[in-house]
Amino acid sequence: MPTRLREGDGAPVPGFGISSIPSRQPGEHNGLLFSAFLCASASLRESKKGKISARTGIFVLFGFGVPGHNDRASGGAEVHVGILNAMIPIHYVVQRVCRETRDTFTIELAPSTEESIAAFEPGQFNMLYSFGIGEVPVSISGDPAESGCLVHTIRAVGPVTQALCDVTRGDTLGVRGPFGTAWPVSGAVGGDALIVAGGLGLAPLRPALYGLMRNRSAYGRIALIYGARSPEDLLYRREIEKWRSHLDLQIEVTVDGGRGEWRGHVGVVTTLIGRLVFDPARTTALVCGPEVMMRFTVLELLKQGLSEDRVFLSLERNMKCGMGLCGHCQLGPFLVCRDGPILTYSALRRWMDRREA
Amino acid sequence: MSALEQDLGALPFFAGLEPVYLRLIAECASPACYDPGESIFQQGGQADRFYIVGEGRVALEIFSSDRGILTIQTLASREVVGASWLFPPYIWQYDARALEFTRLLAFNAVCLRAACDQDHDLGYDLMKRFARLMVERLNAARFQLLDVYANPASGR
Repeated sequence: MPTRLREGDGAPVPGFGISSIPSRQPGEHNGLLFSAFLCASASLRESKKGKISARTGIFVLFGFGVPGHNDRASGGAEVHVGILNAMIPIHYVVQRVCRETRDTFTIELAPSTEESIAAFEPGQFNMLYSFGIGEVPVSISGDPAESGCLVHTIRAVGPVTQALCDVTRGDTLGVRGPFGTAWPVSGAVGGDALIVAGGLGLAPLRPALYGLMRNRSAYGRIALIYGARSPEDLLYRREIEKWRSHLDLQIEVTVDGGRGEWRGHVGVVTTLIGRLVFDPARTTALVCGPEVMMRFTVLELLKQGLSEDRVFLSLERNMKCGMGLCGHCQLGPFLVCRDGPILTYSALRRWMDRREA
Repeated sequence: MSALEQDLGALPFFAGLEPVYLRLIAECASPACYDPGESIFQQGGQADRFYIVGEGRVALEIFSSDRGILTIQTLASREVVGASWLFPPYIWQYDARALEFTRLLAFNAVCLRAACDQDHDLGYDLMKRFARLMVERLNAARFQLLDVYANPASGR
């Protein structure tokens, strides 16, 4: 799940605005209560700097329940405070900006105070808030073992991501997270691991590769197939070269169109899957990229003999709250921000091909 | 069964082919080596062979007057190069070039076409294998055409 693409074509990207609440409430989620909750969060963001405790104040002020959360909790107040904490962004300062391609940047963030988000797992995402512009979900693309610093790779596809790409060292962003499910790095132990990334999909898969490499002896073969539009669109080029120097990693990079000096593969990622040697019965596949690419990739993986429950996909949906409250990212029975973004193909099979309109 | 017949039988493309046909195909095969950058065949040339890559990589290319040489696809070990030998006018549609030192098995298409005409079971079997290959490549080409990695903000 790389940078989410649906920013509304110039419309405000709601992170805290009630305009984001849909009139039709999916599932069991109560949008009216949630919109009031969002208002409260927004109004108290400023007072967070003041003397009152905004985070507990919200509970006293409203005292309402959030369906699906209150019921499961032993103490309602703690749940409310927990949810509110998750709704208030923590300030992070931009430490470094690296241009990956003409429209994609990697930023490194460090907390501006002692307060920071919790440790993340490979595949999880944060909500990044460009103050005054909007908030978007962005996968974490750094190494989970390196604490303190957050790394995000962002492509400019709309006003918020453009603002996030325009940051410079010293700028401040809001961060909420980490949210969502993780790649099954430990679940792949004992077998082969095949990573298939398309375009920006390499960003959320990079932490998984770090995890696999860190515990290299626990796995059989590890392979990465990475497809991009052109050689100029490849992310992390230097790092890919470094990975290629590992004799116990198979790294295959392909582009849809190559000319001039490009000496690597040309063709879609699916054409490379059949060229790899792996044991289908013991292979876990981690796949991330545009949904069309993932559909073709899944077909090829199943053709090669992988089982549907060993194929993991990272989905991209229109996420807002990040906690399964607002329902924006609902896909059948799943709230992608909470139940995903990483799900097995066996769980997703019924829902992936559904047309949204 | 000769070593070559065994090697051919082990290729995914020829998997399950009757031994008698493997022998016939092996009789039409000869080794070929190409240095990096060397042309294997050129667009417009007579398609009187097809190839299977043993070692190395092959680029299928097309020349565009305004964009130069464009690589359409690269093929690697155990993959088939060339299907234009199957249908008249038996003319190559693309260029093929070795990207690195490449060993190929070259199959004499004239010999194979005659064998297919004489034995329709062989012809049908080979046709099915090439039809499947072409459908797979057509699907890959369509996927490539979708330009799925383009920035949605760019309007493509």
